[in-house]
Amino acid sequence: MSGIEITLNDYLALSTIIFMIGMYGAMRRTNLLMLFFSTEIMLNAVNIGMAAISKFHGDLTGQMFAFFIIAIAASEVAIGLGLLILWFKRHNTIDLDSLKSMKG
Amino acid sequence: MENYLYIALFAPLVGSLIAALFGNTPKKLFVGILTSGLLGVSLIASVNLLAHVFTTGEAIHVNMMDWIVIGNVSIPFGFVVDQVSVTMMVVVTMVSTMVHIHSIGYMDHDTGFNRFFSYLSAFVFSMMILVMSDNFAGLFIGWEGVGLCSWLLIGFWYHKEDVKKSNDIYESPYSTLSPYSSVSPGYAANEAFIMNRVADLGMLIGIFLIFWNLGTLQYDAVFAHIGSLDTGTVVAIATFLFIGAMGKSAQFPFNTWLANAMEGPTPVSALIHAATMVTAGVYLIVRANEIFTVVPEVGYFIASLGAFVAIFAATQALVATNMKKIIAYSTLSQLGYMFVAAGLGAYWIALFHLATHAFFKSVLFLGAGNVMHATNDEINIKKMGGLKAHMPYTAFIMTVASLALAGFPFLAGFYSKELILASAFSEHAYILWATLWVTAGLTAFYSFRLVMYVFYGKENYDHSKVHPHETYPFVIAAMTPLAILAISAGWFEHEFVHMVTHILPEYHPHLEGSTNLILMIITIGISLSGIAFAYFKFKKSGGYFSESMKNNFIYKLLANQYYFPHMIEAVILKPYLAISKFSWKEIDMKLIDAIVDGIANGFYAGGESGTAMQSGSLSKSLKWMGIGILILLILVVAFGNLK
Amino acid sequence: MFEVVAFYLFAFLTIAMFSITVITKNALYALSSLAAGMIFISAFFFMLGAEFLGAVQIVVYTGAVMALYAFGMMFFDSINDIKENPTNARLTFVMTGIIALIVVAIFMAPVIGANATAHYPIHEAYGNTQDIGLVLFTKYLVPFEVAAVMLLVAMIGGIVLAGKKMDISVTETSEHDLDNHKTDSEIVKDIK
Repeated sequence: MSGIEITLNDYLALSTIIFMIGMYGAMRRTNLLMLFFSTEIMLNAVNIGMAAISKFHGDLTGQMFAFFIIAIAASEVAIGLGLLILWFKRHNTIDLDSLKSMKG
Repeated sequence: MENYLYIALFAPLVGSLIAALFGNTPKKLFVGILTSGLLGVSLIASVNLLAHVFTTGEAIHVNMMDWIVIGNVSIPFGFVVDQVSVTMMVVVTMVSTMVHIHSIGYMDHDTGFNRFFSYLSAFVFSMMILVMSDNFAGLFIGWEGVGLCSWLLIGFWYHKEDVKKSNDIYESPYSTLSPYSSVSPGYAANEAFIMNRVADLGMLIGIFLIFWNLGTLQYDAVFAHIGSLDTGTVVAIATFLFIGAMGKSAQFPFNTWLANAMEGPTPVSALIHAATMVTAGVYLIVRANEIFTVVPEVGYFIASLGAFVAIFAATQALVATNMKKIIAYSTLSQLGYMFVAAGLGAYWIALFHLATHAFFKSVLFLGAGNVMHATNDEINIKKMGGLKAHMPYTAFIMTVASLALAGFPFLAGFYSKELILASAFSEHAYILWATLWVTAGLTAFYSFRLVMYVFYGKENYDHSKVHPHETYPFVIAAMTPLAILAISAGWFEHEFVHMVTHILPEYHPHLEGSTNLILMIITIGISLSGIAFAYFKFKKSGGYFSESMKNNFIYKLLANQYYFPHMIEAVILKPYLAISKFSWKEIDMKLIDAIVDGIANGFYAGGESGTAMQSGSLSKSLKWMGIGILILLILVVAFGNLK
Repeated sequence: MFEVVAFYLFAFLTIAMFSITVITKNALYALSSLAAGMIFISAFFFMLGAEFLGAVQIVVYTGAVMALYAFGMMFFDSINDIKENPTNARLTFVMTGIIALIVVAIFMAPVIGANATAHYPIHEAYGNTQDIGLVLFTKYLVPFEVAAVMLLVAMIGGIVLAGKKMDISVTETSEHDLDNHKTDSEIVKDIK
């Protein structure tokens, strides 16, 4: 097996991979709800990275940051869903391509 | 005493500025009176300064204010009133005041009355700066100022249309037999200004050379150290300064503008093209005499050119029927005389001739102005005649002035001309002497040809349209002092020499008494014979050139001004116009405009294509974000690894 | 040894779950796999000695957030498969792959800042919760309070956005009017 020890690099690589998965989803999905899911994935990936750095440097700052990220993510979901519901009531679709009013 | 200096210098400026306030309003008589009055004040101040300089022999220097002070370069606004400049000042203010008063009468029906006086006073101010300045930079400022005012004044009637060029010798604007002095006033003004500009380039180069080699432009410093430069440099400086003088004083090949400047109002011709601006070139040579004495070969060239111009102009005046052009050619001819004197080292003689010439030439022009005013702006002398009965005073004054011009004994012109001829002879420049002697005869002839045609003989004008009358009394009164000076100025020769040789080199023609007497008699002889020939031929046949002579080649050559204007047009104007058109169409429009427009269009196109990015669709924006992140990461890796 | 096994196991599971979330066409599958991924992430937190964070992750994320999403799903037409035609999927895939490679390469390099000193060092003596509490309520007190306010605002915002018939006050209108579906303004007119 590679690596008798799990180093910080491994955690960071993991964080990156999950982040990229989230980003791929954000770019590919055109259903708004799925877009939100991808955002959640990205946020979680960052949390992993924060916590890993916190552990390996012996600093609590990373965990505090992750903590606040969770708080913010939660409130963001609340608002986001509210907006999504309003949009759905008006346009009866949550496809991303229907959000074209900002066309330049 | 310094107050007199400032008064003399700035009174014309004040007059000009006040008149400028009324530039666009209809004629206001007080404008003319005010400007003339202020010039009179300037005249009184100048005469006071003359008295001071004459009695005490000391010059007045003022340094009005510092202008350019950078490092060790110091060019102040300084003025000096020494013997040379006070002579010029008195001449300029005297003639200007009389011309101003005359103009009140001459321009009385013109709508641009106020504007005229503003320009005229501004011209006098520039001329005063020119003669009073104590360094080359101030000289140049005045130089350019007089050029500008001359342009404004020649082109005073700028709204007159261009005249078509034709091959008919009686209609072409390039011919002295036609009723037109030039293509149009605007054209003549541009021609004068541009020709002067080209010559001014030479003068500027001369001034640059002086500054580069000596580090200062102050006259006293320059003249003190000019001997320390090597001969080649001094020759270059002298030549370039003379090129500038050639432009202003209309020496060949810069001479066409002077005759064509007759498109302007006659008082302008009297002031600028007889007495003041064209003499600025002579003034420059006299002022910089210490430079020219170092290089006598340049002086000899100047003298030769002057003699050539003298006879060149005199021959053209022989056949001309345009009254003002005849007088203009006589000016050109006399300028040639002045340059002969200056070139041969007889600087005070040149200055003396400058002063006497200013008086009789300006009054000759003013008289011509009266004649034109009386005959409804007729300019062809053959269409006048018999005006003596109607305009006795003008006729008398013009006859006196013509006598002075011809060198009639004991009038002003006689003294100065004699001195110049004697100098030429004594310097063993016999060819120059012979040229000038023949020219004296020609001068006498054509001056009186003019007088005869205009004032004597049959009345050739259209009696239904033209009612000649003498001009206003105050105009005659203004011309009278000049006429008196034309008679008497020569009698002050000794006082003049005594004063001026404080700073100019003393020069006296070295001739034995008998040689001098013989020369004098020969010269008087030829001028009297010229006058006599003019008088008697006219009395006998009423004209001078028979019809057969009119088809003669030489007649046509002279009438067409030696085809010199045609040559300039073909050799210089047409190619230059072609080059300009080419530069405009090919280089400017196709190349430069294309580049500028191309840059702008490029930006437009870039912007237009950039709007494709704003499709409004979120997924596309996210994709763009992804691409941006990719690019930034690549940059991070690439530049991070370069460390 | 134990740690290595756990790490790789959970890593594999997490990646699998999240991949399903991103790829599947069925909305319910996406939701469930997201929830599962969240749980596995909290496992990581426990492994990293951030027990408090792990617990919070399960409670807040999996519990609250996923529940919220589940409720939200009820609004939308989620039984049917989501119809999507993503444009240029290949480009997206390639791009993400390249970015992933680059970032991983960056992170595999020796860690920079190995000599950084800790601002808020972990005290092994206390438990993680106590440690976090100490820092949270002293150094991070203001952000904590602000976060609380933000959550309040988010809550109210969410209610306002999604609520229906919010112009009627249920507590103050009589039963009679409620039955007749009168609005507030109409009730006011009645009183006058």
